[in-house]
Amino acid sequence: MTDTKKTTRQVNVTSKTSVSVLFAGDSGDGMQLTGTQFANTVAIHGTELNTFPNFPSEIRAPAGTIAGVSGFQLQFSSKPVYTPGARFDVMVAMNSAALKANLKNLHRGGIIIAGTEGFDEKNLKLAGYPEGANPLHDGSLDNYIIFPVPILQLTREALKESGLSSKEIDRCKNMFVLGLLYWLYTLPLEGTMETLNAKFQKNIWMAEANIKAMKAGYFFGDETELFANLGRFDIAPQKQHGIYRRVTGNEACAIALTAASKKAGLELFLGSYPITPATEILQTLAKKKKYGVKTFQAEDEIAGIVSSIGAAYGGALAATNTSGPGLALKTEALGLAVILEIPLVVINVQRGGPSTGLPTKPEQSDLFMALYGRHGEAPLPVIAACSPVDCFYATYEAARIAVEHMTPVICLSDGYLALSSEPWKVESPDNLAEIKPRFQPAREPGDAPYLPYKRDERQVRSWAIPGTRGLEHRIGGLEKQHETGNVSHDPENHELMTKLRAEKIARIADSIPLQSIDNGPLKGDLLVLGWGSTYGAIKTAVEQALEQGYSVAHAHLRYIHPFPKNLAEILGNYKQVVIPELNNGQLVHIIRDTFLIAPESLTKVQGVPFNEMEILTKITDLLKELQS
Amino acid sequence: MTDNDTTMKVLPVLTAKDFASDQEPKWCPGCGDHSVLQQLKQLLPELGVAPENIVVVSGIGCSSRLPYYLATYGVHGIHGRALPMATGLKIARPDLSVWVGTGDGDALSIGGNHFIHTLRRNPDLNVLLFNNEIYGLTKGQYSPTSKIGLRTVTSPSGVIDHPFNTAALTIGSGGTFFARAFDRDGKFLRSILHRAAMHRGTSLVEIYQNCPIFNNAAFEAYATPDKKADNTIYVEHEKPLVFGKGKNRGIMLDGFKPVVVDLDKEEFSTSDLWIHDERDINKASILARFADEESLPRPFGVFYAEERVTYEDALAAQIKDSQINGCWTLEELLKGENSYEIK
Repeated sequence: MTDTKKTTRQVNVTSKTSVSVLFAGDSGDGMQLTGTQFANTVAIHGTELNTFPNFPSEIRAPAGTIAGVSGFQLQFSSKPVYTPGARFDVMVAMNSAALKANLKNLHRGGIIIAGTEGFDEKNLKLAGYPEGANPLHDGSLDNYIIFPVPILQLTREALKESGLSSKEIDRCKNMFVLGLLYWLYTLPLEGTMETLNAKFQKNIWMAEANIKAMKAGYFFGDETELFANLGRFDIAPQKQHGIYRRVTGNEACAIALTAASKKAGLELFLGSYPITPATEILQTLAKKKKYGVKTFQAEDEIAGIVSSIGAAYGGALAATNTSGPGLALKTEALGLAVILEIPLVVINVQRGGPSTGLPTKPEQSDLFMALYGRHGEAPLPVIAACSPVDCFYATYEAARIAVEHMTPVICLSDGYLALSSEPWKVESPDNLAEIKPRFQPAREPGDAPYLPYKRDERQVRSWAIPGTRGLEHRIGGLEKQHETGNVSHDPENHELMTKLRAEKIARIADSIPLQSIDNGPLKGDLLVLGWGSTYGAIKTAVEQALEQGYSVAHAHLRYIHPFPKNLAEILGNYKQVVIPELNNGQLVHIIRDTFLIAPESLTKVQGVPFNEMEILTKITDLLKELQS
Repeated sequence: MTDNDTTMKVLPVLTAKDFASDQEPKWCPGCGDHSVLQQLKQLLPELGVAPENIVVVSGIGCSSRLPYYLATYGVHGIHGRALPMATGLKIARPDLSVWVGTGDGDALSIGGNHFIHTLRRNPDLNVLLFNNEIYGLTKGQYSPTSKIGLRTVTSPSGVIDHPFNTAALTIGSGGTFFARAFDRDGKFLRSILHRAAMHRGTSLVEIYQNCPIFNNAAFEAYATPDKKADNTIYVEHEKPLVFGKGKNRGIMLDGFKPVVVDLDKEEFSTSDLWIHDERDINKASILARFADEESLPRPFGVFYAEERVTYEDALAAQIKDSQINGCWTLEELLKGENSYEIK
């Protein structure tokens, strides 16, 4: 797999299939920007890519401490990649805390590029190293390849004549690192130069200084003897031709809502209250006014959803976005949306809970709440996104179901998908499913009276919006009489309406695709059944298990309520089913309850995604057990 | 989506009957809510807005049953949330005439947060706050406007919570319109409802409304013929503050302090009196505080009316600005602004 060629400077360039890199430093070191720039460059270069930022919930935790470490991980590859990498091959550690916090996830033999200034006595103490210990010198990192680089000193030297203050100069050190990594991976500087010039349009000295620091890093790689043995690397671009953009999960959700509104011919309204890690959906949509999007930053989570219900009643495609604690606050209003039977998209970007929990970390622990977290009998469709790009398709589908089946829909994402990014081949409008709102037409005097709760064969009522002549009607949270919608406390009627509302949701199964097998045999020993953001790790693990000759398959659920009609059949095609989840075992309950089978459960509740090794180990353990 | 043409056409002459739904009001006999419904049914035909372009939104409580009894569009929502529901509707559909029926519990207790934020944002809503100083639907617990000392099932020894002053809260929240009316004075109530309908922005009308079951006679001091004249004052724009049986008493401002003066005595004439100015927020604030002072008459009428851009208009203007070169297409949306080509 390695193909070595010589540059003019006699530095080896080694071709590699894929590399995972972590940029880590203090939250003030600009690692998110560095990682984002690196990701943009490799994306435009045409390699496959998956990124994941990992930062503390505090905006500026005490500098130099473990709590203040901010990281940006990415994997880029000549083959499709589905995760930022279980472990990284290269770690940039701007200080000792960054090294200490992340070393456990660095491959044995991996590369460490350490900013030596971050390993002075003060920083070592802040990171909690014992007095006198310095990992760069004490032999504790002998299993890795260390490159100590005086990043700060070299940045200062490069910019000593820039005219910037020393504080401003020091802030450019992340660009030095970026330049060095561009050199190491034979990547072009031009994209970042353009970005910097655009960003500092009004402060051209700043753009020049940042570019100079980046070039200094690049040339440092070229000139120093430090990397002579390691050489440089080249990841060949493998993307198909076409137009791409890089999106995070949150951006993809926002684009999908706007696209669905356009496709349906409706105005988009988002009522929302900022909450980590869902806020970027509101922020992205607030910038989409040129598409006619209306966003409303409400006073709280409740007003966020209730204003959306008001907009939906008025005939808009209405949505609200939130994370766990916010969904809890919205549950009463969800009950109203269920009984009003109006379309509403609720995007829940899950995070570690309960309560404030781990606000910036992913978890899949709101599945029960999405399915059952309402008062009364209040079923609604629940669907889940499985990758940053898939956030687009899942959200779009949520909007389609909401509008065509007149129901609130919960679309589950999580903090991992929300902030991770990957390249997306730009979608053509023609490929998007039609969304057809069923507006009730106006009536003239003498026509039969309008029946707001008269249903079609799918048990779906029509959408009668204000401004339509002859349809004046009153609806609300009180139980309604079948068809007329008038308030009714009749016992039999309540039971009938409860069953009709449930049947309406159950019948959505008639219009959704059957469950497919993502990878592996259609019948076999083991099925790995996943949902949501575990897709990448499961996909990679199952690929590896198949390469090793195991009889294992992967199915990933988009529709959790209602389930696809053939799910029972699929589950029956394997001797054993295992369900990996980032929670304490929620889908496994639901599968057991629905299909009366006993799946194995693999759970992780650490606020970090699975890595493929954890899943692969479980697969091989289970299969060995089955064979014995 | 919207059918603006309906307002342009010559409308058939509608009457109060046309605005009555087929549902019988289920309020108790003698409840003040009947009077508000009656006045609203009388008023709506006068506004020249077709019934299909009117939406009545409510929360939970006795007063929140209002939408069911009007032959317009109506939504009966959840407790405390009528205002955000109406706001979302108005933002999505600025063409509609949106009314809100709410109570002292719904608006000021469980919905208190929405109350203040709606007022400062100023969407064009007509909010009828039925204030009976009690929780009726849950059977007689005290409310955030109940008077200190009121004995109820949850305050057997008397209320110790200081009550909200609705007028002061409205003005303090940045509201652009506050008026007070009374269920017993139907004609005056209707005139105030008309003013509320004409005001562009959030019109907050506090209606003193008697609950004959759980808090009967809470407003008796402003109702009985022998007490009414001395205990109430009807404020009118650019008119002096005069009250009393023979219109012989007035309010004068001594610095920031309102003082009652006797016009029968020769030292004062109406030219010495406070002239009501609806646009003066400082005077409106003092007027709002009359309710906290036993010796002053209780004001009714429009305290404050300010012209300020509505939320939905401000948002529409921003959208219009960003669409100066036309509304962007789905294709442009999907392509985004940072796409790149792999050749």
